[in-house]
Amino acid sequence: MIEFASLLGKLNWSALPQDPITAGGAATVVGGVLGVMALLTYFKRWKWLWKEWLTSLDAKKIGIMYIVVAAVMLIRAGTDALMMRTQQAVSVGANHGILDSNHFQQIFSAHGTIMIFFVGMGLMFGLINLIMPLQIGSRDVAFPFLNSISFWLFFVGVALVNLSLVVGSFSAAGWLAYPPLSELHYSPGVGVDYWIWSLEIAGIGSLLSGINFLTTIIKMRCKGMSLMKMPMFVWTVMGAMTLVIFAFPILTVTLTLLYLDRTFGMHFFTAGSGGNMMMYVNLIWAWGHPEVYILVLPAFGVFSEVVATFSRKRLFGYTSMVWATWAIVALSFSVWLHHFFTMGAGADVNSFFGIMTMIIAVPTGVKIFNWLFTMYRGRILFATPMRWFMGFVVLFTMGGIAGVLLGVPAIDFQLHNSLFLVAHFHTMIVSGVLFGYFAGVTYWFPKFAGFRLNERFGNYAFWCWFVGFILAFGPLYILGLMGATRRLDHYSASLGYQPLFIVAGIGAGIIAIGVTMQLLQIFVSIRGRHEARDTTGDPWNGRTLEWSTPSPVPFYNYAVTPEVDSRDPFWAVKQARAAGAAVEPPHYEAISLPKNSAIGLYIGIMSFMVGFGAIWHIVWLSAIGLFSIVFLILVRCNDDHTEHHISAKKLEQLDKKARAQGGYA
Amino acid sequence: MNKKLKIILPAVVIVGFLSVAVWYLRRTTIPILEPKGPVGLQERNLLLFALALSLFVIIPVFSLLFFIAWKYRESNESARYSPDFDHSRIIETIWWLIPSAMIGVLSVVAWNSSHSLDPYKALNSKTPQMTIQVVALDWKWLFIYPQQHIASVNLVQFPKDTPIDFQITSDSVMNSFWIPQLGGQIYSMPGMSGQLHLMASQYGSFNGLSANISGAGFSGMTFVARSSSEKDFVAWAHHASRSQNKLSLAAYNNLDRPSQNNPVAYYSSPKDNLYGTILAKYDGPGTSMSGMYTGGKTSMSGMGMQ
Repeated sequence: MIEFASLLGKLNWSALPQDPITAGGAATVVGGVLGVMALLTYFKRWKWLWKEWLTSLDAKKIGIMYIVVAAVMLIRAGTDALMMRTQQAVSVGANHGILDSNHFQQIFSAHGTIMIFFVGMGLMFGLINLIMPLQIGSRDVAFPFLNSISFWLFFVGVALVNLSLVVGSFSAAGWLAYPPLSELHYSPGVGVDYWIWSLEIAGIGSLLSGINFLTTIIKMRCKGMSLMKMPMFVWTVMGAMTLVIFAFPILTVTLTLLYLDRTFGMHFFTAGSGGNMMMYVNLIWAWGHPEVYILVLPAFGVFSEVVATFSRKRLFGYTSMVWATWAIVALSFSVWLHHFFTMGAGADVNSFFGIMTMIIAVPTGVKIFNWLFTMYRGRILFATPMRWFMGFVVLFTMGGIAGVLLGVPAIDFQLHNSLFLVAHFHTMIVSGVLFGYFAGVTYWFPKFAGFRLNERFGNYAFWCWFVGFILAFGPLYILGLMGATRRLDHYSASLGYQPLFIVAGIGAGIIAIGVTMQLLQIFVSIRGRHEARDTTGDPWNGRTLEWSTPSPVPFYNYAVTPEVDSRDPFWAVKQARAAGAAVEPPHYEAISLPKNSAIGLYIGIMSFMVGFGAIWHIVWLSAIGLFSIVFLILVRCNDDHTEHHISAKKLEQLDKKARAQGGYA
Repeated sequence: MNKKLKIILPAVVIVGFLSVAVWYLRRTTIPILEPKGPVGLQERNLLLFALALSLFVIIPVFSLLFFIAWKYRESNESARYSPDFDHSRIIETIWWLIPSAMIGVLSVVAWNSSHSLDPYKALNSKTPQMTIQVVALDWKWLFIYPQQHIASVNLVQFPKDTPIDFQITSDSVMNSFWIPQLGGQIYSMPGMSGQLHLMASQYGSFNGLSANISGAGFSGMTFVARSSSEKDFVAWAHHASRSQNKLSLAAYNNLDRPSQNNPVAYYSSPKDNLYGTILAKYDGPGTSMSGMYTGGKTSMSGMGMQ
């Protein structure tokens, strides 16, 4: 069972692609990496990449790297989705489509894993890094170096999932890899191990981020910003990070136990020998359900900012919103069993979890009504972020109703694991999470790039996503009612599924056009950056502190740390100035900022070795990686020169220059 | 494109698309909305009731959304603008109350229906219930009829209006046993016996499937559930009992080997308590908390074997 004896463990030539589909995937990954390297060499950008990005401890730079990686992964996992939809549109009756069942299963496992961990989480951590410190008037996060480690661990997760296309294979056991299917006996390859180690390493990164951001919010708010004066985005991040801290250790432990089963013949979750697969299902969802709220809460926060700004009005029901957020945080740990009512826990247990599930709809509904009343008596500008919001309310309300239906155990017995369920959670995650972060990226883009994104292509992208979504997932609700279960790579013609799958495939194609529009939007915006330049630092007539800085935000965020005495401090300042209040000249003081450090990146590389060694049973590689991580941490702990200082005079020069270039007066 | 066309064209496309969709769906069976048994019927009615109740949320949200968005658009300068209007105790109380009321009603419904439609609960009927033991294998379904001393693969037949007590386990990975037109589904798990009570109130052949990913042959793991007259069932059982294939332990082990898209097969005289033997395979040292079958009830600590 364990072949640790060989120097390369289980690794040999047969791990390389053996068939055209895998070879195609491998060629794309290898070609992509080589292409990027060639471009960097051609434009002589290696040093720039190293100094400005890879070793940077600036939260804004790290945030942008998260978003870039998440965008690439959106394309990767979106391609997976297109392949799945193509297969399901054609694989009927005598035709078995383009993929065999094993490939199909690897693809949907990868699709789910990547979309949740590397697209959803990536966009979320990216935006938090960019916005949260600015919104609380801070120059940085609490632990800048830890932040860099978090990013690199996230990146190692991404690297391992994609490496599985080239060396070995990915898990074919679904995105949550229920045992016994994911146990060694039924999944003897390295696929499940790739899945385990990718999430194990990325998950530790997420936990560190959770600790980092929660500490930042608690300790680093500027003078005057009491909790009840925090922007709503910060509140929702605080809720989500609290969930991260409680939920992610469960994931880490569960994955470890599964790895012990697979590698050392233990029996935590095996069928027989005392193993208990139900324990795994409970544990994975005790993490998995809060995870959904981890993703969606900060997106709710984005919408709260967007709606208030574009309605030119204060957020309605701030206190209600805070309570609703924390109600969701608390309740999200009491609903996990609704993912498996059909396990047969009994009517009392099922009813309890069903009712708790429905109760979560109350604070969520309150949030929606509050957003609507923020718009009420406002002056609403329907810029792209606001369109994403409108699309979100329409889809999310309907998806939420589907969720309430699924929350009734007796209804769930008929819809569980059907395509109705698949349609439900895609509605929630695409409209709630993706639309939210798309709105956020569009809204805050000028703050970091210095120019606005093109509105016309943003509009095209929105409509493609919206219409494509309805076409792609509307049919799945009906297919679910027709008794079609998820993850089918083939079905009989007599069931009448095919026309609906074809419509769903067309919908997926339209979403792909939407993604293309988003890429074009970035391209067109960069080309037209001079016309769309944001010279004011406040392109949307914003309300919160980040809009008081010049665009793009200087590396020190605020030359002088702001002081606030109200909820929408920048709006208040603008109102006061319009009424003739004098602008006080800033009083500059020397500041310290973290120096660049490559150790986070090195720890990432070593974690990659730990993971790769664990997947292929190459003990020495994992051991070297592990010892190096400890060594690197010791090196960092003994480095007393981790900050560089900027004198008051220098800061004054920098600030005047940044503002002369366009920042607000 | 002029403004009128901009509205008319999408409207025509939407109406056209919806008409085709409605036309297609009308001539297609939608099993969950067209149940053939009392359990499926109650579950369907519950679904429709909850959906109707949800209109109390959908209608206000959608009307408010589009009305407010239209009325307070930037270009409508005649609309009132109150930039500091940010709370109202009455309005917010209503927000908390409307969804709470809806969820309150639904909670009562959820509690009652969870109990009345508990898959472990026997159905009310004058006809005595029939036990069928279901074993999920890689990748086919084995049905054992302990009363008739027969077994079948990928086809389960039973008389109409007879309550069926499906006892469900797996000799492989986790699957989910589902006959959409009859209602419900329950996981099949190795070493554990689940239970699902169903009944057909009409004659017919219904599709059955596994609703939980189980490996390579998952998509082909379908079966037919046939509801027939008592007479036909007796004839069918008699036919099966004369099968040359006897389901000895050796024959079972042979059947247990992974195979895909299996044709229907019949077995006579299955080994005594084969179902119990299959459950016991997973009853290794240190087994606990396995929720095993203890005569109608699950027990989270029991080691009971039927």
